[in-house]
Amino acid sequence: MAGKQSQGGSNGAAAYFNEMTGMGADLRAPYARLQDWVQSMPVELRSLKQAEAEALFRRIGITFAVYGEGGDPDRLIPFDMFPRVFAAAEWARLEKGIKQRARALNAFLVDVYGRGEIIRAGRIPGRLVYQNEAYEKEVAGFTPPKGVYSHIVGIDIVRTGPDEFYVLEDNCRTPSGVSYMLESREIMMRMFPGLFRENRIEPVDNYSEVLRRTLASVAPAKCKGDPRVVILTPGHFNSAYYEHSLLADLMGVDLVEGQDLFVDGEFVYARTTEGPKRVDVIYRRIDDSFLDPLCFRPDSMVGVPGLMDVYRSGGVTICSAPGAGVADDKAVYTYVPEMVRFYLGEEPLLQNVPTWQCGRPDDLAYVLDHLAELVVKEVHGSGGYGMLVGPKASRDEVERFRALLAQDPGNYIAQPTLSLSTVPTFVDEGVAPRHVDLRPYCLVGERVELVPGGLTRVALKEGSLVVNSSQGGGVKDTWVLAE
Amino acid sequence: MLSRTAENLYWIARYMERADTSARLLEVGSRISLIPSAHGYRSEWDSLLQASGMAAGFAAKYGDPVQRNLESWLFFDRDNPSSVASCITAARENGRIVRTALTSQVWDALNTAFQELKLLEREERSTLELSRLTDWVMRHAAMVRGAIDATQLRNDGFNFLNIGYYLERGDNTARLLDVKYYVLLPRLDFVGSGLDNYQWTTLLRAMGAHRAFHWAYGGEVTAAKIAHLLILNPQSPRSLITCVAGMANHLGRIAKAYGRDTGAQAAVQAMLAELEAETVERIFDEGLHEYLTRFIGGSAALGHAIHDAYLSGEMR
Repeated sequence: MAGKQSQGGSNGAAAYFNEMTGMGADLRAPYARLQDWVQSMPVELRSLKQAEAEALFRRIGITFAVYGEGGDPDRLIPFDMFPRVFAAAEWARLEKGIKQRARALNAFLVDVYGRGEIIRAGRIPGRLVYQNEAYEKEVAGFTPPKGVYSHIVGIDIVRTGPDEFYVLEDNCRTPSGVSYMLESREIMMRMFPGLFRENRIEPVDNYSEVLRRTLASVAPAKCKGDPRVVILTPGHFNSAYYEHSLLADLMGVDLVEGQDLFVDGEFVYARTTEGPKRVDVIYRRIDDSFLDPLCFRPDSMVGVPGLMDVYRSGGVTICSAPGAGVADDKAVYTYVPEMVRFYLGEEPLLQNVPTWQCGRPDDLAYVLDHLAELVVKEVHGSGGYGMLVGPKASRDEVERFRALLAQDPGNYIAQPTLSLSTVPTFVDEGVAPRHVDLRPYCLVGERVELVPGGLTRVALKEGSLVVNSSQGGGVKDTWVLAE
Repeated sequence: MLSRTAENLYWIARYMERADTSARLLEVGSRISLIPSAHGYRSEWDSLLQASGMAAGFAAKYGDPVQRNLESWLFFDRDNPSSVASCITAARENGRIVRTALTSQVWDALNTAFQELKLLEREERSTLELSRLTDWVMRHAAMVRGAIDATQLRNDGFNFLNIGYYLERGDNTARLLDVKYYVLLPRLDFVGSGLDNYQWTTLLRAMGAHRAFHWAYGGEVTAAKIAHLLILNPQSPRSLITCVAGMANHLGRIAKAYGRDTGAQAAVQAMLAELEAETVERIFDEGLHEYLTRFIGGSAALGHAIHDAYLSGEMR
């Protein structure tokens, strides 16, 4: 999981919203039954269970390689057994907001590769879109089946209070991490079946079925009969390979690499032991630039030569559609609430984090004056690298970023340091609050669907607000209670 | 199934079988070197490496064959693509790529072998008994094989796994048998001597066929009986005819499932027909070494035919 970044930095005295106990010591309803569970668990049993969970993860083979860190490629991502819980009503509200946002993002993509109404209307500056690196000129004027560009939208959300949720960023290309949502649940059900009897928890294991249905629903018009869906992976050296193979397995589709596909005439085929088989829908887990060496990077070895021609002539559907990345750019992010109003005629249900565009002189001046309080991120950065967490940074680091900002202000945005909510987490000393975020996976095809759950990432270090797995983050099972 | 998936399955089997053979080679070499011989220690290891096709690589890296270096080369050395460590790592890597085509038991067996190998590599070399190493390899090879037999669906993937096993095993039996030829080459007058018999017995032991020999033939250990056991006896699990018949069976199932024959089926049927008509006398007339060389060549050609028909993805 090449994770994205949650807000970092703690402002010391701030009180954090604890999802189990609120701001004080009241037990919040969704967590009511967990109180007894955790109190009645002896320390020995707890360490036994923790060891069991780790053994299960390793046995299943869910491991995570951190880019550029070297070391053990079979490293485990830490799993915390204390679940994160949403009440039915809380989730219903989130769900509406998430689906609304996913719809607006797709409408935006269809628009900017078509007539560009939102730009003509002056609601988003044209240069942010058309001069964006992620804007794919190769697909301008082409509308993918059902008007869907982003079929799996991962929306990173943080909570700061009982009713305060903020979207940190959108992931419209190929958000990863859903395997943790699925496997965390499997492992919790195996280890604590009692918890699932006492609490009425909405299942998430139909995710693969909904995903398969979503992908099949966007088969190209030329496809007659049951569409053949494949997952395209960069290969087994990729850090998310386990996830690719799990999804292929659960959906019962082939996991292919570029070399397994070839173009002949107006279609794409897979090389099989029975000869070529036509492929209708490709759920790709590789970047745009590697899709087709004839169209993008000529040096790419992982792509399929001629794929884009077939795509543009309606012979195959690529999910997410090439060019979808322009909607999840951090500079475009600021305008998502505008998109909701413009395309859907609704008020956004989920709020953005206030964001300063350092490319704007006024914003830059403010950011430079308040560097020590803010979080500064690269517009195209990911994984928590290349960012400044003002309140946690040394003086030198702040000064380094000051210089960077002066050099290339347009490459940065800044946001206030948010007081991320906490969830009780097992630590050496017992149970203690740790900061969390949430990534739900919204599926967009003929219909817009959301499995009740998501990936909860937790910052395991005391006081840390950085939940990335590459920087000491772990995962939790995420529960949505039934009515 | 995807051609690449079939290829990965086929190579899992080949690498596991090859790891098993490298361990057996190490054992047979060590045993032969323990007995006094007319031409000394060195040529016997040389001949063993010759037969296994690993001689040039060894000479380039280590020069003279010293027992400790030979153990390193055949067991631990990653520069030797046929070493136990290389084979087990490659088998597990192929397995990781096609995890979804394997049952969890098969994956578990492959992964456990790999994880234990990493522990072995960290141990002080002088504390590792050779017999412990060879037993370890044979145990894990058997565990993977057993998991495949007990749990895999009998579909095309299962057929490709088995084809890999039989192809590699036939090739390896021929090579191990050929060791004997190389060992004795300088002094043909040894044939039939006590020393000769001891070496044949060692070979049988290394192939786990010592007991089988006595059950099947009894009496004196002779070259003719051994050649029959390892080449023409369909009861022997390692004999060339068993391996070729195994491939014919699994290639036949694939042809039936896919509704078409390829060059691979034709090639394997021709090999099988020839073996069925063969006699030990004719093999010895041709020369055992010449016969085995011809078999190894035919086996490689069959491998190419299988690759072209199913694994390359070029079939239209």
